[in-house]
Amino acid sequence: MHSVLAVDDSASMRGLVTYVLKQAGFKVVLAEDGLEALEYARNQAVDLVLTDINMPNLDGIELIRELRSLPHYKFVPMLVLTTESGTDKKMEGKAAGATGWLVKPFDPQQLISTISKVLA
Amino acid sequence: MSLDIDMAEIAQLFIEESMEGLDIMESELMNLEPGAADSETMNTIFRAAHSIKGGGATFGFAEISEFAHHVETLLDEMRQGQRAVTTEAVDLMLQSVDCLRDMTSTLSDGPTDTTRAKELEIQLETMMQHASPVAVAAGGVGQKGSQDAPAGEPADDNSHVGSWDIHFKPHADILRSCNDPLRIFRELASLGELDVCAQGAENLDFEKLDPEECLLAWKLSLRGDISRGQIDETFAWVQDECELVIEPVGDATSQDESNAVDASEEASAEPVAAPASNEPAPVKPVAKAPAASQESSSIRVNIDKVDALINLVGELVITQSMLSRFNGDYDFTQLHILREGLTQLSRNTRELQESVMAIRMLPISFAFSRFPRLVRDTGNALGKQVELRVNGENTELDKTVLEKIGDPLVHLVRNSLDHGLETPEVRKAAGKPETGVLELNANHEGGNIVIEIIDDGAGINKERVLSIARERGLVEPDEELSDERITNLIFMAGFSTVDKVSDLSGRGVGMDVVRRNIADLGGHVTAQTETGKGSKFTIRLPLTLAILDGQLVRVGKETYIISLLSIVETIQVGSDMINKVAGSSELFRLRDEYLPVVRLHELFGIEADSTNIDDGLLVVAEANGQRIGIFVDDLQEQQQVVIKSLESNYKQMLGISGATILGDGTVALIMDVPGLIQLFHNKGGKLDMPATATA
Repeated sequence: MHSVLAVDDSASMRGLVTYVLKQAGFKVVLAEDGLEALEYARNQAVDLVLTDINMPNLDGIELIRELRSLPHYKFVPMLVLTTESGTDKKMEGKAAGATGWLVKPFDPQQLISTISKVLA
Repeated sequence: MSLDIDMAEIAQLFIEESMEGLDIMESELMNLEPGAADSETMNTIFRAAHSIKGGGATFGFAEISEFAHHVETLLDEMRQGQRAVTTEAVDLMLQSVDCLRDMTSTLSDGPTDTTRAKELEIQLETMMQHASPVAVAAGGVGQKGSQDAPAGEPADDNSHVGSWDIHFKPHADILRSCNDPLRIFRELASLGELDVCAQGAENLDFEKLDPEECLLAWKLSLRGDISRGQIDETFAWVQDECELVIEPVGDATSQDESNAVDASEEASAEPVAAPASNEPAPVKPVAKAPAASQESSSIRVNIDKVDALINLVGELVITQSMLSRFNGDYDFTQLHILREGLTQLSRNTRELQESVMAIRMLPISFAFSRFPRLVRDTGNALGKQVELRVNGENTELDKTVLEKIGDPLVHLVRNSLDHGLETPEVRKAAGKPETGVLELNANHEGGNIVIEIIDDGAGINKERVLSIARERGLVEPDEELSDERITNLIFMAGFSTVDKVSDLSGRGVGMDVVRRNIADLGGHVTAQTETGKGSKFTIRLPLTLAILDGQLVRVGKETYIISLLSIVETIQVGSDMINKVAGSSELFRLRDEYLPVVRLHELFGIEADSTNIDDGLLVVAEANGQRIGIFVDDLQEQQQVVIKSLESNYKQMLGISGATILGDGTVALIMDVPGLIQLFHNKGGKLDMPATATA
């Protein structure tokens, strides 16, 4: 069973992502912001990271940058799930090491198929 | 978490969030000064509307999403300075907020009434149309920006459906974002028949090969009924991290196609992106401010811990029902059942206590997590090579202790990096590896948590420590001290071995502050060192601040409690060992040290069994490196006591850290040893309870 670290400061988004991922048979670990995710990640490995961009404390792009500097996260796929669709943000995300970019509102099917593709 | 969340609950969450968002929009809109739009305020408002739109669409509330989209479009123009903030516009926005609030609050009751929304939508659109030419153009851009098209959606529709030849040369660092070319090939292979031919392998220099770099290029041949869009989608995320040429097979018309796509993508994307970079980031923090302030008073608990607690309560109920059978008719033949029940009760109580405490427990990794970064940055700044090793980061301790131990830990780690570890040259000269090792350990020992900060640096120079301590008058010129005492002189107030104030440690806060902070948590810190081999700082902390390992002492009819951690020893002294100095203060000689005697019966004005020092006991207690002898009638048992705050029930008193309720229901005061020492010094050796509270 693949594990996904899902990071979003919106409780409803966390709820929805959890619901969708669990239905698809993933193990889900939740964090409310980048800092919490990073703290978890320092000691735990997951198969995939799914993060929002705009979050307090540590935003998604910084989170990806920090995670990429951890040896056990160097080659973990990291997907961004955000309302941001601007090219600059995407470039920033890519430079930080993001593996892909999904724009909210998201289609659950598309989320699952993207994750499955990346994990294949 | 094993919570079974169903969609209705999530939708409810969305409603609550949206309501909060609308409140924020409303209050921020009120703050808007017509004419001058504060970009941060505008961003906050925009973001709230954007979230409602996004969430609404995600959760299937199309009416909300659609209406929020209109609001957002107008807001976006204002945010980007393409439209003036007029009183009229703000009024319309406020009405829209009211409307959204009505719509949101009735979401759970069934179909939403959109009459009002439609009216407002017309007004919003009218306002948009009454825009300057600039604003009209910008409106188009805003629309595009919020269209939320997935990245790399094909920008033009190519009619060719069939087979394709693809030349794909990823940039060397493509693997860094986990975009494995193999994955892309696999995806392409799902579209049709794929031939893959790697190129560039012949030029590779295997000596210098970096496994994290991708140095190959590929020629791909894809056969089938495939549209350009499907291929573009596959390469969407990596298209600017590679050279990509996609050519239809058997169609010579679209040579420059990939370039054309890129160009049009960029052209359409640029105006969207430009405002995004102007936007100051901190928007969410404003919205989240109430949540952040709550954080200090709330705690996230693993559901397993709560389950364990519920389990134990269940067992407690069983024990209770077992014992309740003895209510009324009492039969001695059943005595063994009673005894069994009581044993079970005491086990339940202990487990329940542990389980409740566990709820407040968090892994120390929360405090350790900042060190990898700190060590790296500090090491770089000092030109030192440091390897950080962390052990036992899952050791759990009380949240309050955890929050307060962070700063002392940072100070000790910085101290080790700054003063302990040597530069690579010095280390090499000393025959040590150039990279120094800094170790952070945490583990449980008895009822305490022990944290160690170990470095393999030069160690503490004891001669220098001693000479400085003598210089500063911290040690008498003829005083002989053990190595251990000398090392621990660094924790004394007014001690600093740094000749030159460095950027890191040695400025402002000294090791005495570290020790005081740790003492405030009921713990203590000690240092051990070996010249040339390194130093070890050991912090010993109670697991929690709510429970204390106490020694019960008796004075007359009263019982007092002294923390076991602060007690060094308990001795019986003769009156011939007591010296009276300067009137009333008593000192007694313990080996090479003179310790002040604190008589609890005098302090509290109570009747003791005897005021003669020969008849009682002296409890030698230590705090902040100073020792006192507390005169008591007798020692009683040692037990864990639950600390009740004196402050919240009465007021803060120097010398008393709290109170507890003993097994027989009486209240016992818990002595605050540092406070007693302070009292002794304040009163020039004469101890009296201060008449007024000392805050």
